[in-house]
Amino acid sequence: MTEPVTIRVPTEPWRRRLIRSLLYGNNVDRVAKARARVGFAMIAFAVVYAVIGIRLATIAMVGDSHSARRSGSQDAVATARPDILDRNGAILATDVKSPSLFGEPRRIIDKDEAVELLTATLPDLDTIEVRDRLSSKKGFVWLKREITPQQQQEIRRLGIPGIGFLRENRRIYPSGPAVSHLIGLVNIDNQGIAGIEKWLDSNGLADLHRAGFASDRLQQPVELAIDLRVEHALRDELLKAQEKYKAKAASGLVSNVRTGEIVAMVSLPDFDPNNPREAHDPDRINRLTTGVYEMGSTFKTLTLAMALDAGKANLNTLYDARGAMRYGKFAIHDTHPAGRAITLSEVFTLSSNVGAARVALSQGVEAHRAFLKKLGQLDRLRTELPESTAPIVPKRWGELNTVTISFGHGIAVAPLQAVMGINAVINGGYLIPPTFLKRTEQEALALAKRVVRKETSDKIRYLMRLNAEVGTAKQADVKGYYIGGKTGTAEKVVNGRYSKKQVLNSFTAILPADNPQYQLLVMLDEPKGLPETHGFITSGWNAVPTGGKVIARIAPLLGLEPRFDLPPSERLILAASRGTP
Amino acid sequence: MISREQRTPFSEWWWTVDRLLLAAIVVLMLGGVILSLAASPPVATRIGLDSFHFFNRHVMFLLPSFIVLIGVSFLSPRQIRRSALVVFAVSVALIMATLLFGPEVKGSRRWITILGINIQASESAKPAFVVLAAWLFSESARRPEMPATSMAVGILLLLVTLLVMEPDFGQTMLILMSWGALFFIAGMRIVWVLGLAGVAAAGLFAAYLFVPHVAGRIKRFMNPASGDTYQVDTAMEAFSNGGWLGLGPGEGIAKRSLPDSHTDFVFAVGAEEFGIVLCLGILALYAFIVLRTLSRAYASEDLFARFAAAGLAILFGVQAAINMAVNLQLLPAKGMTLPFISYGGSSMVSLAYGVGMMLALTRHRPQIEVESASRASATPGYA
Repeated sequence: MTEPVTIRVPTEPWRRRLIRSLLYGNNVDRVAKARARVGFAMIAFAVVYAVIGIRLATIAMVGDSHSARRSGSQDAVATARPDILDRNGAILATDVKSPSLFGEPRRIIDKDEAVELLTATLPDLDTIEVRDRLSSKKGFVWLKREITPQQQQEIRRLGIPGIGFLRENRRIYPSGPAVSHLIGLVNIDNQGIAGIEKWLDSNGLADLHRAGFASDRLQQPVELAIDLRVEHALRDELLKAQEKYKAKAASGLVSNVRTGEIVAMVSLPDFDPNNPREAHDPDRINRLTTGVYEMGSTFKTLTLAMALDAGKANLNTLYDARGAMRYGKFAIHDTHPAGRAITLSEVFTLSSNVGAARVALSQGVEAHRAFLKKLGQLDRLRTELPESTAPIVPKRWGELNTVTISFGHGIAVAPLQAVMGINAVINGGYLIPPTFLKRTEQEALALAKRVVRKETSDKIRYLMRLNAEVGTAKQADVKGYYIGGKTGTAEKVVNGRYSKKQVLNSFTAILPADNPQYQLLVMLDEPKGLPETHGFITSGWNAVPTGGKVIARIAPLLGLEPRFDLPPSERLILAASRGTP
Repeated sequence: MISREQRTPFSEWWWTVDRLLLAAIVVLMLGGVILSLAASPPVATRIGLDSFHFFNRHVMFLLPSFIVLIGVSFLSPRQIRRSALVVFAVSVALIMATLLFGPEVKGSRRWITILGINIQASESAKPAFVVLAAWLFSESARRPEMPATSMAVGILLLLVTLLVMEPDFGQTMLILMSWGALFFIAGMRIVWVLGLAGVAAAGLFAAYLFVPHVAGRIKRFMNPASGDTYQVDTAMEAFSNGGWLGLGPGEGIAKRSLPDSHTDFVFAVGAEEFGIVLCLGILALYAFIVLRTLSRAYASEDLFARFAAAGLAILFGVQAAINMAVNLQLLPAKGMTLPFISYGGSSMVSLAYGVGMMLALTRHRPQIEVESASRASATPGYA
């Protein structure tokens, strides 16, 4: 091969030789060089193809793991939540699996066809919205959450590419509105947005979801203190009362005196947690924890407890109630003026505003405020429910404030807060934070804080029982349950003035009064006068009889034994109290 | 079985041709049929043709391609040189005719209709050009008194000018790369190779500066957020959808939205339906064909055969590599077909011509024949 080349070199003109040596170099065996360079080309190609091969393999591995991940999480888009049970194990909230419809816009070939077929099958789909969603460049869009299996079958038969289903957990509340405010509700992604559901999320469940562990594993059900039977009875009676007295709202609460457990809580109007749209109506707030109200005469219980506990007064201490009490330009009146000096017991049973004001003034402004603070009436009460409101407390607390607050005006608290305060002055003196979860007496005692002496508590129970025997709570005295109670009729502020026509009535009952187990609170917002109430709208004419009906229904459910032929309160409660100092 | 006892032209061919290489090419062509069945119907439906329009034509072109392939592989090196010269001349004439009479499609003139057949003359010019360049380089080594190197530069400038006028940057790049590779293999000093690479880089930079759509493609590759990367994104999605084993025939989705699913992005479509395993198989076939041809070229004693086979292998291999790399987002988007897999009549026949020459040049020839051939060609004025 090289032979002809070497022969011809000398005959080559110098110019060409120059070019040749410039291009190929001098004295180079070009044949051997060419061979080596073909070898180099082979190496280069091998490298290039290897890079392509590696790229392919990488994509395959990433792609496979990607698809595996997706199928693994298919059933966990809206993640599972634990069941919520009442204290007897009845289901209040549970998960039901249902398919949801989604689209993958990038995979849809004919968007118009897809929109047309889908809206024909699911007539409640919004055509424009579906078209917008499918026209987006996203990889995944929801089209309709939680469809029925039948709809799923029909859509599957349409065979539209790029349309699929995911099984989601849908939250179901079998007891419907009965537990609405308590349970709260979840959004479409099964995240708690109110009530106990939200509490669950903020107590670890949301973290579980984020970590991806909450999917379909069996989760420990959450047991509440609520008793669904009591809840139903309470709600039923309140519905009747609301209708009968044409009240704007009605609410009620049953709590265990010894443990602080809330056994039933109803606030009408309520909503059906299965239909979340209703829940956003501002009229449907939970009036027991989210609303704050002037509680009226109910607060007198706390005022008298303060005086009795300080030891500066006893049940027979006399207070001047001969007429209206003047304070500056204000005058305090009684609904039924006694026209004489009355004992502390009579302040309670006659529900005398003047008497209560004088009791509070005799203790002094600071002592009054400190006592209410001790009873948790001045601070925001926090429970498991995320919804709570701080009480409205006067910024500058003078004598006039003490005068009005002594009978429950000029301070607005959440009714649940008042229940907690009353609870402390009748259960032997322990302030127990209320709870919606199950709690034993031991646990409650560990949390409890002594706020009044036992004797004070005995005397308050005596007063409440006396009130049911001779006072304003007579209509609620269901035979056999030895009820004690206190009424409250708070005039509502309308256009800056206290209105005589619009009142918020409450009735607090304890049963049984000699050894209280449960406390009941019934509130009626703006009840109207009826012929049978002789046009009266005070608490004794509506809230109290409603409370009586509630007690008659729930006492057997609560396991309270009826006892008949019990001696009057003076002998049963006061004597027992003196016997065991 | 073909007997070795009688020396018929066919038996001679059969026993000298690289049968493994031939088998690989045939497998590739059959694979192209299957992938065409997957990738082309949606495109045909989309532009309102019968769904099997492209598939039927693909199969229809297989027959002439195969005849060209086998026929060319019978040729001797000398016949190859001559045929290449003729094909090159005709192709250049056709490209000129295209520039004058061809219709403008998507901003460029690449097609001319002759006797009812659409012809892309630049396709057939490529293999013929590579063979001619290889010949000129080998001549420059053998007969330095001929201005072979200058002529090689001349035909390069001629073809590149024509292709830039079309304009067809993909083919231009391919031509430049093949010529550069031949230049390198011919034993040029490394400084010139680097210089050529520098010129190519400068050319690419100039294209980036002065040709808007080239600039756009490079920008989008460097920074996918800067523009519409729909085709490439869809292709990548197709690969990851397919995974190792694919979604199954007919289950692919990318082919419905990729405008060039039957040509530039057939690789991605194949991956989605038949899996990356199939892609690796196709890749292996290309690698085998290229490396086998190069190794035959390496072993060849005939300078022309070595250069031409290597050049054809490089042309073939670079085209396949660029297409696959674009599909896999390793290179900026560049319209380039996957040899024998993508749809395209001119392309397929031209490829068959090129690969047929590859087969012819890698045939085992007795040493005596090689020598007589080179001696014959060494006679002045013979070829």
